[in-house]
Amino acid sequence: MMIQVDEKGFYGNFGGAYIPEMLYPNVEELRENWEAIVASPTYQEEFQSLLKDFVGRPTPLYFAARLSESFGAKIYLKREDLCHTGAHKVNNTVGQIILAKKLGKKRIIAETGAGQHGVATATVCALMGMDCTIYMGELDIKRQRPNVERMRILGAKVVPAISGSKTLKDATNEAMRAWIADPVGTHYIIGSVVGPHPYPEMVARFQSVISEEIKWQLKAKEGRENPDLVIACVGGGSNAAGAFYHYYNESKVRLIAVEAAGHGIHSGKSAATSVLGTPGILHGSKTLLMQTEDGQVVEPHSISAGLDYPGIGPVHAHLHEIGRAEFVGVEDEDAMKAGILLSRTEGIIPAIETAHAIHALNQIEFNANDLIVINLSGRGDKDLETYIHWGNY
Amino acid sequence: MNRIDYLFQTKKERILSIYVTAGFPNLEDTLPMMEAIQAAGADIIEIGLPYSDPIADGPTIQESNTIALENGMSIKKLFSQLLGFRAKIHLPVVLMGYLNPIIQYGVENFCKKCKELGIDGLILPDLPMSHYLEEYKELFERYGLFNIFLISPQTSEKRIREVDEHSNGFIYMVSSHAITGAKAEISPEQEQYFERVAAMNLSNPRLIGFGISDAATFQLASRYSQGAIIGSAFIKSIKNSNDSNADINAFIQGVIG
Repeated sequence: MMIQVDEKGFYGNFGGAYIPEMLYPNVEELRENWEAIVASPTYQEEFQSLLKDFVGRPTPLYFAARLSESFGAKIYLKREDLCHTGAHKVNNTVGQIILAKKLGKKRIIAETGAGQHGVATATVCALMGMDCTIYMGELDIKRQRPNVERMRILGAKVVPAISGSKTLKDATNEAMRAWIADPVGTHYIIGSVVGPHPYPEMVARFQSVISEEIKWQLKAKEGRENPDLVIACVGGGSNAAGAFYHYYNESKVRLIAVEAAGHGIHSGKSAATSVLGTPGILHGSKTLLMQTEDGQVVEPHSISAGLDYPGIGPVHAHLHEIGRAEFVGVEDEDAMKAGILLSRTEGIIPAIETAHAIHALNQIEFNANDLIVINLSGRGDKDLETYIHWGNY
Repeated sequence: MNRIDYLFQTKKERILSIYVTAGFPNLEDTLPMMEAIQAAGADIIEIGLPYSDPIADGPTIQESNTIALENGMSIKKLFSQLLGFRAKIHLPVVLMGYLNPIIQYGVENFCKKCKELGIDGLILPDLPMSHYLEEYKELFERYGLFNIFLISPQTSEKRIREVDEHSNGFIYMVSSHAITGAKAEISPEQEQYFERVAAMNLSNPRLIGFGISDAATFQLASRYSQGAIIGSAFIKSIKNSNDSNADINAFIQGVIG
């Protein structure tokens, strides 16, 4: 079965563009133009050059010898943590900022949870000399102070979202409202594979450089393009979409999507949308969504702010529904332990989001000597406070 | 005949629609509010279905949504409150809400219940025209529910014509690039937009909403359309009211004069 978006923006039963009429012209402008702009030689020249010299691509595909030994498999880490700004997020912001410029936009807005996407957006805005406003939940602003200051140093304005639960989903609401209020000159850089069509596919395309590189890097190292498994963590799902993208239709490659199970999937404090979610509409697309039986959106929990989102991208809802990806829930405590494990076996302190993907190795079955690629989506610098607070090392 | 059509056939100008969030400020206020709005002289009642993530609404209506949800409001609860309301309310009643709670309730059951109770139309900001035509039009029509479309200053002439073709009841003209309750004045650019749309000779009547708050803005909106919708300003007027009947009467009389 081919995994691809249809012309109305659906992956199977999920996707679409459920947006207020006030946003229709913006979203339509983007839908009609993005593919042609991105395919143009001038765009590609600028994009490829920035990915190489600004972001630092290609990122290494690193054979993790000691980790491999302890799990009895051949494990490679795709080092997105080595991207400029510390995570894969910048692949997408570089892609969208060039697009925004070509569309004649003067101002950029974005939402952020932990602040990684906010920093990646503020970074490319500084690079291009564009006005930048980042919406961030008031609670997250308090929890993620260093990233708030990074954004400010880069010249961005950080606006607190004070409605609802004051976290990522509310920041996204505020960004959408800001877009409604200034639709002509503003481009909204959504940070994950969520939102109205064409965002989920567009963001996935910008992140697909991850699996594109894995393919040729693996070929060079192992003589084969396809691993047996690809593992990635999923909040909204942008790094997973990037790592899975060129393997969607390689049916022998197992795709493992790792969600945050918080205090336990059924504890009431979790973000395991594939298990707890039901079909609904959030931020412009139909997807799996954590909600009450009355259809009110529920606030999720995860120790990692980047996985703390009540929905998943529509492509992941589809991969889940048709059984193309296997979904695994990793609890807070286990993710923290996996973070320490990777630190001590490979000398890499991962982002806590990424640590969830590492721990999944304990929760899935695989054969001895299977070739496994884990997308190491981000580094742990931003999470030092959480590691220190957890303290069990 | 749908009450909305009847209204626009019998009254051609200065039509006032008042928005109130269901279950706000107190859970059981919905029906008393509707009675007071009717008694004060409004023409249409728009009842907001509270939602956790109302992306087209500004701070005032967001807050009223949050309070209503904390009060325990839900579609089920609202429908139980509205049982038999047509014995008291003769004005057209429109429900305004976001799609997700309606999908969870079950769209067909929702439509059926609306018809049974005597609801006349729906305003669903996050249901765009294409999804409406493909997934919902047939159901809404089967149960006699008007779907009210929004247009904004950014909506192209071509699309306004399409909206007009698929509309029934009236077209909701969003006055500016804004969320609800964002602005207190009407600018010259907005007036140009009102004039431009008025000159299109659309087949549906139009009400102007967003930023309409008092007699002056109502007067101005009525110059270019059949009337206006007031939400945030009304919500503010009842938020801390000790005598809501008197305050509602004063507010609405203050607007229509």
